[in-house]
Amino acid sequence: MTRHLKRAALALLLVLLAPTMPAVAADTRRSGFDDMSSQIQAMQRDDAANPAMLWLQDGAATWQRDCASCHRDAAVSMRGVAARYPAFDDKLQRPVTLAQRITLHTKPLAVESEALLGIESFVAFQSRGMPIAPPADARLQPFRERGEQLFRRRMGQLDFSCAQCHDDHAGQRLGGSTIPQAHPTGYPQYRLEWQAMASLQRRLRSCMNGVRAEPFAYGAPEFVELELYLAQRAAGMRLEAPAVRP
Amino acid sequence: MTRALVTMPATAKRGDVVEIRTLIAHPMETGYRPGEDGAVLPRNLIRRFTCHYDDVLVFSAELFPAVAANPFIAFSTVATASGTLRFSWTGDNGFTQTETVSLTVT
Repeated sequence: MTRHLKRAALALLLVLLAPTMPAVAADTRRSGFDDMSSQIQAMQRDDAANPAMLWLQDGAATWQRDCASCHRDAAVSMRGVAARYPAFDDKLQRPVTLAQRITLHTKPLAVESEALLGIESFVAFQSRGMPIAPPADARLQPFRERGEQLFRRRMGQLDFSCAQCHDDHAGQRLGGSTIPQAHPTGYPQYRLEWQAMASLQRRLRSCMNGVRAEPFAYGAPEFVELELYLAQRAAGMRLEAPAVRP
Repeated sequence: MTRALVTMPATAKRGDVVEIRTLIAHPMETGYRPGEDGAVLPRNLIRRFTCHYDDVLVFSAELFPAVAANPFIAFSTVATASGTLRFSWTGDNGFTQTETVSLTVT
């Protein structure tokens, strides 16, 4: 008898809960990793096969030479740092990306140089596996909103916005390749197409070229705003840096 | 600046098959591509890779323009005795890079 009552109560509970179920919809966000072939996934999983490790090894040497005297062990001091950038810089009164943070802090390194990508990937590596955690800093909000507007603004001769491909048509195909959802989970990353390490901004510039728009310069405020929005959009996803992408 | 990574176990039992994976940073420029100014970029390739196990050649490979930048080469050898493995890459413009890794056989 009691068993029947229990079962009836459970059924009632399920009926009551049912309308609330869609509210906790599963996360449908996919990292670019999930859209790659299994061979490239294996390449990223295996540090002995991941070419990004060549740059990372370089970055580790730079760390020992230039950074370790103050910051000590990167595994402790840099843990989680890459997961929260871009962040607000008090001195400059504007947000900065991780690469800008590094160059502002040390001797200037050329944008997209091997040295910068090396140390950046070494710092990002310390946060591997951690969820992307954009800071809850109210000062970032106007920049983030401008980033979202940029993401939705049509640009270039082809007159496409980022959102039209990466929100509306993600998962479909553009030529031979799957359109990813554009979550910045693995930067800086090794791109097989370019046979080199590349930053998120190089990726964004290449996308802008693709729609025949004039790309913003490296480090332009527009890119920082876009990075801020993209980090918010990917909040909670695991960082895979340094990733491999096709 | 040249960088190479060699991944292999530090110890092995006699007779074991040891898997060795190597990765080297190199542009592997084919000599057929035009650069940004339209002029053809000069060829710059790694031509040959060798692995010596205590001065005995156990593996070698010829590399050609179709090989991607930063070549990854994986192969295996049989652990016979404790010793060192010497990996060397040689190529155009007098490029040479050598790495040595010691293997302890029990």
